[in-house]
Amino acid sequence: MSTNSYDVIIIGGGHNGLITAAYLARAGKRVVVLEKRHLVGGAAVSEQVFPGFTYSVFSYVVSLLRPEIIRDLELPKHGLQILPLESTVTPLPNGDYLAQWGDKDRSRRALARHSQTDAEALDSFGQLMHHMAMAVRPILGMMPPDPTSLSPRELKSLAKFGGHFRQLEEKHFNWLFKLMTMSAADFLDEWFEFEGLKATKSASGIIGTFLGPRSPGTAYVLLHHYMGEIDGAFRAWGFAKGGTGSVSESIASSARALGAEVRTNASVSNVIVKNGRAVGVALENGDEVRARVVVSSLDPRRTFLQLLDASALPDDLVTAVKRYKFRGSSGKVNLALSEAPSFTCMPGPGAHLRGAVSISPSYDYLERAYDDAKYGEFSKQPYMDIVVPSMIDPGMAPPGQHVMSIFVQYAPYDLNGGWTDEKREAFGDAVVNTVSEYAPNIKPSILHRQVITPPDIERITGLSEGNIFAGELSLHQLFFLRPAPGYADYRTPVQRYYQCGSGTHPGGGIMGASGRLAALRILEDGI
Amino acid sequence: MNLLLKTTPFHTRTSALSEGYAWRRWAGYIAASSYELSHEREYAAIRNSAALFDVTPLYKYHISGRDAAALVDRVITRDIRKCGLHHVMYTPWCDAHGKVLDDGTVSRLSEAEYRMTSAEPNLRWLRMNAVGLDVAVADVSDAVAAVSLQGPTSREILLQLGATDIASLKYFRLMRASLRGISVVITRTGYTGDLGFEIWTSNEDALRLWDALMDAGASYGIQPAGLLALDIARNEAGLILLDVDYVSAHHALIEGQKSSPFELGLGWTVAKDKGPYVGQRALEAERAKPSEWSLVGLDIDWESLEKLFAEVHLPPRLPSTAWRASVPLYRGSHQVGYATSGTWSPLLKKNIALAHVKAPHGKPGTTLEMEVTVEHQRRRASARVVRTPFFDPERKRA
Repeated sequence: MSTNSYDVIIIGGGHNGLITAAYLARAGKRVVVLEKRHLVGGAAVSEQVFPGFTYSVFSYVVSLLRPEIIRDLELPKHGLQILPLESTVTPLPNGDYLAQWGDKDRSRRALARHSQTDAEALDSFGQLMHHMAMAVRPILGMMPPDPTSLSPRELKSLAKFGGHFRQLEEKHFNWLFKLMTMSAADFLDEWFEFEGLKATKSASGIIGTFLGPRSPGTAYVLLHHYMGEIDGAFRAWGFAKGGTGSVSESIASSARALGAEVRTNASVSNVIVKNGRAVGVALENGDEVRARVVVSSLDPRRTFLQLLDASALPDDLVTAVKRYKFRGSSGKVNLALSEAPSFTCMPGPGAHLRGAVSISPSYDYLERAYDDAKYGEFSKQPYMDIVVPSMIDPGMAPPGQHVMSIFVQYAPYDLNGGWTDEKREAFGDAVVNTVSEYAPNIKPSILHRQVITPPDIERITGLSEGNIFAGELSLHQLFFLRPAPGYADYRTPVQRYYQCGSGTHPGGGIMGASGRLAALRILEDGI
Repeated sequence: MNLLLKTTPFHTRTSALSEGYAWRRWAGYIAASSYELSHEREYAAIRNSAALFDVTPLYKYHISGRDAAALVDRVITRDIRKCGLHHVMYTPWCDAHGKVLDDGTVSRLSEAEYRMTSAEPNLRWLRMNAVGLDVAVADVSDAVAAVSLQGPTSREILLQLGATDIASLKYFRLMRASLRGISVVITRTGYTGDLGFEIWTSNEDALRLWDALMDAGASYGIQPAGLLALDIARNEAGLILLDVDYVSAHHALIEGQKSSPFELGLGWTVAKDKGPYVGQRALEAERAKPSEWSLVGLDIDWESLEKLFAEVHLPPRLPSTAWRASVPLYRGSHQVGYATSGTWSPLLKKNIALAHVKAPHGKPGTTLEMEVTVEHQRRRASARVVRTPFFDPERKRA
């Protein structure tokens, strides 16, 4: 039964909004989620854009979904099934390839063909990154303290934070500092020599940012992979059966089972504020929904500047949100294929098709791709992370046919002259042409092609400037700076109005930590 | 090669698939532990697409003649009258004291013809019990080849091979079929707790069957899988394994090692109103009074493991394969039982185990403590008694 009065309204049915809803419902709150689209998931949706073929339209892998969320919300019971995505193959321009497999011996052997010392360095590098990940991981589950506040509670939290880092050995602290400040390229140069390996590893540092592997601050994201290893048993990093939409569906199902109501086709136009306090929302269709608490899972720009009357907000927040960097830099090409791709470096079927294929042969290649974007063009030869989901989950395509998901960088939101339909197709052509250099059978086997640019991401999901992380995951926008100094505690200057999206700490990927921490904050505030 | 163990009729195919020479013994045969270097994808196939197992090493007996039903009924605890034509029954069988000897399936192939499968040799036991009956018991273990095709796409694969009636084959029923011209018996059975089938054929047709399945299965994610993957799945399904979760009364050296069906969670298989069978008197007496032990599922609490490992600055470390060992269980300061096998369930994201506990401690929801080794130290993690199966998808019966 649907009513129009709730304890909590969640604006936006992406994974974080749904997680906040589920946690609040679990605590006995009457919760409604309002999603503007016809399906939940935000940027984690599976859709049959072409009959018989299911695309993970935007995000395509599960990255660091927090184990405590999987447990607390009993997501496996609600259909979450994460499948192994173990290998990464990097085709090289000379026709050779680099392969990193799930099996250690096999990986070492594959890498030793290119560099024996690199193969041996993998273990020590892994050991270091283990320590770094152990140091950083607790932060993912922690509400950011305000370092400028003198309140006892903030000081206590800061002390805990400081204490955690004091436990680090000095050499590890030094490494952590380097990791936080260096470029991925410089950092990796200290460990490895083989260009294909370094470039492929560095690629994880540039995803979703408007930076290249030689830009300072990109090293930090290298950690994410190793954080996934710490969560090893939970396989927090992998491929969701049914595509990433099934992650959202499982969270929505859990939220519903806990008593939350999830409404689709319910687009919120603004938050209703009375006497400095949020009391409900107005929908675009003119309806109003009332609640004691309103939570926005939208990005900071929409949360503060669109849903509220910005003139009522403190200047420092408005300025910080205006400065907050989105500048979406990635696109997506989804293909329906009549046959499996065959890569020239590893022809025919094989285990490599059940993992990722990374088009990242060298730093120079990635930097040139970035150069295009710096000057307002999409990359002619882009960095690409390719997976063939139907190879892992046969349900994604009709028998014998396949879907291919191509994550592409760079595609700048602000393209010279603006994005048009022609430019979108030209971007799609550049992607397909580049993939075809490595897998020539792609072109003739394309049954359907979906090309997604940053403005498309913005238009469909609402993510400002099409930034996949609801704002760049760069150091100046993390932790107590996300989304703005003094506003990183999920609260807002408007009473009973909270934020829970990826634009808050820690953000990023289908991790869900923001949604959970926001719910804990709201419960802690006792409303 | 100087192999002293038996190989199955599928060996030329299975050995060619082995990437790491990972084999183990099964009933005098060698059987693949895993084909790939890791069993992870083989396990995933069981729950995501279809896994193909060579299950030929099962012991198989062909029982026929006027008194075939009488012999089977005299041995097993279930009521053979309930086993209609083309039905399959899972059942244990016991010694005269009502202690379990073995467990397996009985398939009624025709009016007076049954096939029994078991984990251990049973020819002598069957023949001993056939005294005075008009029945022939043949050991067909080495004459019948068998594969198990388990997982959500398994039915689709058999349909592709021409088993048109497969869609209407119910759980624990059998049918005869011709798969691309190969005569087979298909039973809707398995050891994974998932939608799945076992396919029985002659040794001569074994390779053709394997090739046909692999060919038709290619578009449905078919994956040859070994015993490591199977062991995880059978734990999730809460299915017990002889010599791991219980000791056959044929081998037990002391009384305490033996178990009755009631103590193994198999009370439902002990038929009430059936003719005389081996162990009946003891079992009926046990039914009247509570059993000493019960077999339960355990859900080992993750937070408590995490806490123990955090003390030594490590994330929780779990074996990637299912374990088989006797592990003490406590309630307060008393040991109240022991776990016999367990696994991290990649599907459920839970650390689960099967355990024997003294009956008063077997109620679902009871919190026990299980011994765990954390950096060489014996510690105790919290574990909750839960109902089995841990995983029971609708598609298994649907």
